[in-house]
Amino acid sequence: MSGYLAWNEATARAVIDENRAAPGALLPILHALQETFGYVDRAAEPLIADALNLSRADVHGVVTFYADFRTAPPAAHELKLCRAEACQSMGGDRLADTARRRLGIGFGEATPDGRVRLEPVYCLGLCSVAPSAMLDGRIVGRLDDRKLEALLAEVER
Amino acid sequence: MNVKLFVPQDAAAVALDADAVAEAFARTAARRGIAIEIVRTGSRGMHWLEPLAEVATEAGRVGYGPMTVSDVDGVLDAIADGKPHPLCIGVVDAHPFMARQQRLTFARCGIVDPASLDDYVAHGGYRGLARALVLGPQAIVAAVTESGLRGRGGAGFPTGIKWDTVAKAGDGQKYIVCNADEGDSGTFADRMIMEGDPFVLIEGMTIAGIAVGATMGYIYVRSEYPHAIRALDTAVAAARRGRKLGAGIDGSSHAFHIEVRVGAGAYVCGEETALLDSLEGKRGTVRAKPPLPAHKGLFGRPTVINNVLSLASVPGILEKGAEFYRDFGIGRSRGTMPIQLAGNVRHAGLFEVGFGLTLGELVDDIGGGTASGRPVRAVQVGGPLGAYFPRALFDTPFDYEAFAARDGLIGHGGIVVFDDSVDMAHQARFAMEFCAVESCGKCTPCRVGAIRGVEVMDRIIADNRRTANVELLKDLCDTMKFGSLCALGGFTPYPVLSALAHFPEDFGLPPSRRQAAE
Repeated sequence: MSGYLAWNEATARAVIDENRAAPGALLPILHALQETFGYVDRAAEPLIADALNLSRADVHGVVTFYADFRTAPPAAHELKLCRAEACQSMGGDRLADTARRRLGIGFGEATPDGRVRLEPVYCLGLCSVAPSAMLDGRIVGRLDDRKLEALLAEVER
Repeated sequence: MNVKLFVPQDAAAVALDADAVAEAFARTAARRGIAIEIVRTGSRGMHWLEPLAEVATEAGRVGYGPMTVSDVDGVLDAIADGKPHPLCIGVVDAHPFMARQQRLTFARCGIVDPASLDDYVAHGGYRGLARALVLGPQAIVAAVTESGLRGRGGAGFPTGIKWDTVAKAGDGQKYIVCNADEGDSGTFADRMIMEGDPFVLIEGMTIAGIAVGATMGYIYVRSEYPHAIRALDTAVAAARRGRKLGAGIDGSSHAFHIEVRVGAGAYVCGEETALLDSLEGKRGTVRAKPPLPAHKGLFGRPTVINNVLSLASVPGILEKGAEFYRDFGIGRSRGTMPIQLAGNVRHAGLFEVGFGLTLGELVDDIGGGTASGRPVRAVQVGGPLGAYFPRALFDTPFDYEAFAARDGLIGHGGIVVFDDSVDMAHQARFAMEFCAVESCGKCTPCRVGAIRGVEVMDRIIADNRRTANVELLKDLCDTMKFGSLCALGGFTPYPVLSALAHFPEDFGLPPSRRQAAE
């Protein structure tokens, strides 16, 4: 899942410049920075504020409001399990417990070796093939013990 | 032998390995010297059969599903020899689940190639826009008003009235914003249209632009939908190349542009004013109304903000006429609703039909009961802010007013089915927990109320002064319902109070009178 650049100001400035012209450019800029570096470095905030004529507080407020924006480099893998009602109705809570136990971490946490981060997601729109999961952007429907085991084996490799 | 095969690339099919099935068909056909053309479509909506591969025959498209990679050889044999196969479901359009529907908005979904403008046009696309260009702005608004179309995002506000307000809001920059932040659990209709027939949404937005005098449109789509984002980007680019977007649409003097914007994992941005703030590059917090977005919306300008399904219904209304659409449905709920059967249900998927079927018909008859085979105990209708209904209320017709009369809502048309293993006190607690996680924080009843709600539920579940805490819960719900700025805090009481009213035994209380009478 790496392939992200290490944080550097010159690239960040180029990414910001490329996206700054659109009206309401802040979210597109943050998405672009995260695609480039894997997260939004705190040092990007004053650069964005400067480019968009916002305060640093405005930018920081937006970065921290949205669940998607990471403020530190990502783990090697990110496993998202849907915790919403449709997946609950098909035994999603039990699978979530299995994942927690197997990885030894809670939701919103990463393993100490940085190999995998476990995130809750409130609906992937796969409610008709519940329960669902997403591993590094790849979606999995009708999650069961066997499929979850395969996903966990993949992140532990 | 020439084989034309259709394999969905809808996310629900992809999540069940449709990509691998499509690759296996290509590889196996090549090895066996069979000339094969594989078209990746959207989904028909019969998700229990996904991946559902379809082959073109003289009788129509014949379906095979649910497919796995190991079935590919056998299915190719069956196609080649015309022999029966255990996965064959016959002609897809004749399948009872399809034949019972009234597909207007989803007429093309699962049939056309969502990346091909030509295919869209060949299947009747852009006839609505052609008609709209002849009619002109006033008559377009009149047609949408007369159709009786109401906002399919959940609020049910008449679409034509919204458009009329923006049309009359003077000159200058106006916007069309498509709310594709489909965050409700149990709903996926917006996703299916964006992935399966994105041009119908683009056409609907273009018609809206002409109607109200807007030249710029934004589609705000949630980041949890990467497949939909890709399909929209492809379709918008194709529409631009085909001069269906840009300056001088179809040789007219009208201009319309569309930009796809991606959300960032905030449920509250499905609320229209929070969405507008997010589009402006701010935290997705709710705005007080008035002013209405129709007067002061995106960047302070008059804005039509409509759900995906509302906009995708418009081309058909323009093409076939307001009366044609209005003749479907009952009471003040006109037209069709793409109903989403989700969760623990045997025939999960999308079922579009005129308003008026009862909840029982939808869940038992069309949905086929639970997937687990256990009895249906509760269904949540309308997403995480919708009420839980017990079997005793299964005679409720699917209609905005009928659900409201029973302290529920149809919302965006999602039905999540639970079997008898569900713990309704746990579900009530989850509703509060979800509200606490997703609250934008602007108003106190929602921001603080949801956290207090989780605590009160924990005490009820732990049998800590249960009776007093149930009273406190009701009081808290009352405050949230009437004191919150938007539907997140305002509607969270629906699942909580409905669980309490219909399933009191799960809260350690005596059964309700209705159950006792059964």
